[in-house]
Amino acid sequence: MSVPIVRLFLAIVVLFAILVAWTSRWSIFEADDLRANTLDKRPLFAALQVKRGAIRAADGSVLARSVRVRTRSGRAIYERDYPTGELFGHPVGYANLLQGQLSGLERSRNKELSGTTSELNSILDQLQGKRRAGNTVVTTLDPEAQQIATDALAGQKGAVVAIEPSTGAVKTMVSSPGYDPNIVRDQAALRELNLDDENAPLLDRVTQGAYPPGSTFKVVTAAAALDSGEFTPDSTLDGRSGRVVSGVPLRNDFDENFDSPSLSTALTLSINTAFAQLGEELGKETMGDYMERFGFYRLPPLDYPDEQMIRSGERVDGRLVPVTSPAVDVGRMAIGQDKLLVTPLQMAMVTAAIANGGSLMEPRLTDKIVDPDGRTVDEVEPKEWSRPISEQTASELTQMMGNVVDEGTGTAVQLPGIDVAGKTGTAEKNIEQRINQPWFIAFAPKDDPRIAIAVTVESSVAGFGGTVAAPIARDVLASLLD
Amino acid sequence: MSARNRELLGLIPASLLVTAGFAAVFIERGALSQNALSDLSLTYGAIFLGLCVAAHVFLRIALPYADPYLFPLVAVLACFGLVMIYRIDDTLARQQAQWFVVGLLLFAATIVFLRDYRKLEQYRYLIAIGSLVLLCLPRLPLIGAQVNGAYLGIRIPGVMVFQPTEFAKLGIVIFLASYLRDTRQVLVVGARRILGITLPPLKHFGPLLAIWGMAMLLLVVIRDLGSSLMFFGAFLSLLYVATNRFSFVFIGLLLFGVGGWYLGTHVSHVIDRINVWTDPLDVARYSGEGYQIANSLFAQADGGLLGRGFGGAMLESPGGDTILPAAQTDLIYALIVNEVGLVGAVAVLVTYLLFVQRGFKTALLARDSFSTLLAVGLSAVFALQVFVIVGGVTNVIPLTGVTLPFISYGGSSILANFVLLALLLLVSDKARRPVAR
Repeated sequence: MSVPIVRLFLAIVVLFAILVAWTSRWSIFEADDLRANTLDKRPLFAALQVKRGAIRAADGSVLARSVRVRTRSGRAIYERDYPTGELFGHPVGYANLLQGQLSGLERSRNKELSGTTSELNSILDQLQGKRRAGNTVVTTLDPEAQQIATDALAGQKGAVVAIEPSTGAVKTMVSSPGYDPNIVRDQAALRELNLDDENAPLLDRVTQGAYPPGSTFKVVTAAAALDSGEFTPDSTLDGRSGRVVSGVPLRNDFDENFDSPSLSTALTLSINTAFAQLGEELGKETMGDYMERFGFYRLPPLDYPDEQMIRSGERVDGRLVPVTSPAVDVGRMAIGQDKLLVTPLQMAMVTAAIANGGSLMEPRLTDKIVDPDGRTVDEVEPKEWSRPISEQTASELTQMMGNVVDEGTGTAVQLPGIDVAGKTGTAEKNIEQRINQPWFIAFAPKDDPRIAIAVTVESSVAGFGGTVAAPIARDVLASLLD
Repeated sequence: MSARNRELLGLIPASLLVTAGFAAVFIERGALSQNALSDLSLTYGAIFLGLCVAAHVFLRIALPYADPYLFPLVAVLACFGLVMIYRIDDTLARQQAQWFVVGLLLFAATIVFLRDYRKLEQYRYLIAIGSLVLLCLPRLPLIGAQVNGAYLGIRIPGVMVFQPTEFAKLGIVIFLASYLRDTRQVLVVGARRILGITLPPLKHFGPLLAIWGMAMLLLVVIRDLGSSLMFFGAFLSLLYVATNRFSFVFIGLLLFGVGGWYLGTHVSHVIDRINVWTDPLDVARYSGEGYQIANSLFAQADGGLLGRGFGGAMLESPGGDTILPAAQTDLIYALIVNEVGLVGAVAVLVTYLLFVQRGFKTALLARDSFSTLLAVGLSAVFALQVFVIVGGVTNVIPLTGVTLPFISYGGSSILANFVLLALLLLVSDKARRPVAR
């Protein structure tokens, strides 16, 4: 019986070899696919046991941190805590790792915060007995200005965004109403916030708010007019109220007539007909070209989740249409009406580009990444994103926007001892009920700009950019320039 | 060096393993700071070593010529299992350690009372019928315990869920070894070739067919493909070794295949198992019957080549929900891959293979047919049990609930496998005993 016994043993060896092969299959060859399978909750649970990095303001104060808590079963996990609550809710966002819910910087900087390092590094760390921990994200945000902007918008729906033109650093990012990201620990309350369409507190109005820009858009039209070489600040324009634009008469505010105003004067006094004329004479091609140079029709290069940003441009039924589309009334678009919908961030980018001599820097919320030992592992360098207009155009626009504040519609933004350049806007939302959307864009100091800002309030009864939005801009500017 | 001295040396790796293993679990739990490491892990190691030495001394007296490697190999497996279970739950590990003590007592009793194991042959039909009754007991109301759709246990209140398959496998092997010793010659001589296939004589074909029917019945009665595969595989192994006719095995496999196919396409719970097997990561079945196997595979992927270390695998969610179900019993192999990686798992499989090799070696050395067939049967059923559960956990075959011998938590498994070890050692001692001149 010895031959069959040996054969039987060999058959068993083969069976065991199959077991080894299949074990290798799951643990080595198909392991990556299995680990990527979303049915497997291990990675989510493992993330809860890693101390996620903190998010800090520019002055070092903590905006988000991980605290050790014990679950019902006595296990230690980390939970997210947001000490500043509602103040930084929008830029910081929230993180619920168990549910895989991430937003804001928590989402866009998740890789750094969760400490996802290379396999080799993590093995080295393990050998050294180091616990894996996430890196800290230091933001460019200024808590004091954030507080001032938040207070100024309290009780209203609106947005304030302030950028350092030379670096793109976002100093203030406020969307009102805000929300407290600590709510993420209470799923029911979070769901409720999600369903609140009336106030939409989770909507970041800075990057997702689609608003008619009103007269602030005249800056873009003026930039196209000057930079294309077809007009100068002294070119005379049509100032008569009632100019027929696309077959319909267009009125100036208060139906006022102006006698051949210069382009500069037209901006100072925000003369609609003059800018409609510019838009029509420049044409759709040129207007579209300059809008794209400023970033319209593209997602902003902000280090913020793509899902929480929208593109600015002409929209029909919510969908973007190019400026060259027959549906576009280029004359009315040139004064920020028609079907033009923009985000406050886009208008802040336009302002920052002018302030920075025609160079548009990538806006960013992150200053640097610091590892758990306090070493800076990555510094976000300022980077030019585009160069929409020449330095000369920028300088001419600066003078013109300076006049707006000195003697035009934006006098409410005047600061003692500091020259401000700006532009008001008042988009009419409901003429019978006199509901407007006031805007103000500005930068200061005029000759050496350190801050560019965009402010808008969704609806204000009989309010204007110069009376509602400009004072908010002034207070935030004052704080940031202090 | 004498066999018993080799056995004593063979116990050193086992005791080192248990000490290092417990130390690793303590370190992972952060017991280092509480200074509990040194004495506690050494205590566990010492107690285990003490038990092993006691068993060794007993073997030295009772079975001086028995194979020197079988017992140390079991000790390695057992202490590895104890570490794994301790890592899951201290209480379970304590109970497991108690079962080891009981198991060793049963082991000693078997050796003492079955010194002349060949008298088992006289009771072969009693043993066979007893085994079948045991197998069907879990189907009875009140005492039967259904686990994951299979009827594998008998509830003995306050003590354990007794798993009759573990003992029935010994009974069936003893019966088959004895039956085939008598009939192997006739089966070969009376065989006829029909259509190029050698068929056993009709007269003896009947009982074999009955055994096939029994295996199929088991599938239906206890709803367990794994056990049925284990029993039928042991039967075919013995049939093959007894007759040296591969065609018999071929016919057997064919019949099993046909029966399996019929049940796999007509019986709903078998169909469910097959579906889970063919697509273990199906989203729709994930939270139901597919949860076990999917998480078994996820755990193995999590382990990778070297594993996460003792205590490194995730068994529960932070909220206390089970991630890897039945980690101490059915899915313990997945936990092994998770914690000691492919490398550690292969080491465990190699240990099993070495044990099986020693079993077959014993069969080759045995001087009478019954002893040979008994050793072959015990070794084969042991190997098949490992294949059925590890194959199930790695999705080579549909997952069914049998234990990983000496490693899985469970009293029946430990007791039955210690009896299996005792029988092998008895055969071995008799085989290796110098012939008196």
